[in-house]
Amino acid sequence: MDLSPIWLTLKLAGITTVLLLLIGLPFAWWLSRGRAFIKIIIEAIITMPLVLPPSVLGFYLLLAFSPQHAFGKWLHDTFDVQLVFSFPGLILASVIYSMPFMIGPVKSALQQLPSSLAEASYTLGKSRWQTFWYVLLPNIKPSLFTAAVLTFAHTLGEFGVVLMIGGNIPGVTRVASIAVYDSVEKMDYASANNYSLILFAITFVLVIGVFVFNRYQAKSPLA
Amino acid sequence: MIRINIEKKLKAYNGQQVLKIDRTFPRGGITKIYGPSGSGKTTLLKLIAGLANPDKGEIMVNGLPWYDSSRKIDLSPQRRNTGFVFQNYALFPNMTVVEHLQYATKEAEWIKRLLYLGKLDTLSTHKPDHLSGGQQQRLAILRALAIKPKVLLMDEPFSALDSKMKMELIGELKSVLVELGVTTLIVSHNQQELEMFEGEVMDFEAI
Repeated sequence: MDLSPIWLTLKLAGITTVLLLLIGLPFAWWLSRGRAFIKIIIEAIITMPLVLPPSVLGFYLLLAFSPQHAFGKWLHDTFDVQLVFSFPGLILASVIYSMPFMIGPVKSALQQLPSSLAEASYTLGKSRWQTFWYVLLPNIKPSLFTAAVLTFAHTLGEFGVVLMIGGNIPGVTRVASIAVYDSVEKMDYASANNYSLILFAITFVLVIGVFVFNRYQAKSPLA
Repeated sequence: MIRINIEKKLKAYNGQQVLKIDRTFPRGGITKIYGPSGSGKTTLLKLIAGLANPDKGEIMVNGLPWYDSSRKIDLSPQRRNTGFVFQNYALFPNMTVVEHLQYATKEAEWIKRLLYLGKLDTLSTHKPDHLSGGQQQRLAILRALAIKPKVLLMDEPFSALDSKMKMELIGELKSVLVELGVTTLIVSHNQQELEMFEGEVMDFEAI
């Protein structure tokens, strides 16, 4: 059995989760503060992958990244980067596709913290960044963990978007979900079953982990 | 000295009311603030700390403008050096008693003295959810003092303390306030509670 689709999937999910932690946390914090109309618009855009069929998102990303169109051509001509049918393209698509799973829980958790926590930190002379790092983030650990695991698990299960952007290139873009589909197409049900079982097991363990962690950690910040 | 001349619209159950304050608080002195709920006592403290902004007016502290709407001056809360005791304590659930103080100051001796003052020296490794209400309230007061503030703003700071602890803490606190030369504003709904403090009275019912 060729395990490369499994490793590729884990690599994609890991990189996507780390990138979304770096991008998503400051973004979620920004969204959690104030109620400017522009934030509602941006949040709606971030949420679109939750409601759009993945193939629709994949189709538009394919158009955007394609060297035949302006943005993709600019990327290719300026930086010699081709995102279509490449692993970096899969990463970018996954970041966009899984963004609501990172930002949603983190933003909600930050909004539920009493505003007086940050205010107390400010009166002690601490900057917004210090307050975020030392006070706010440590007090949303369960939500942070949930968001990271959900992002990872969601990326493991991607199909429509990665198929549109990456195709089915062994060792480059052939992730586990595509390997399942491809095996079924070839009537190789044994391989499809193996890939499916591995994906199922990994995802199940992750979800169990979230439940166990939150059972012991989830408490009201003022409890 | 704090010189305040401000206006701020407040939301009230019957629409809007305007909080107008034109007053001077003596430097190094204590002002006891009384008044009914929703009259703007907490808002006044937040305006001084920079956690809320007036609609117009000015706040001068020891000759320096902290807020001036006409000159567009608005000093950030971080630069005002105000100790603030929140009504809900606003303790950090992730930090122990001593970590709260270490977050505010690096002066080990001062931290030690504060822990002794608040009778929390034996509980220094406890997190807030392992402290009683009174202990949490004392920690909130110690944290506000940790930065050696020039202005100390306390919102119902003794409400969870039993009378013996309150007497002891207030006695110790008075000498620390004198030592630091801090201008102190204490909000309370209970006039008897602050009888041990000598100082001016500001009654929001009279505003």
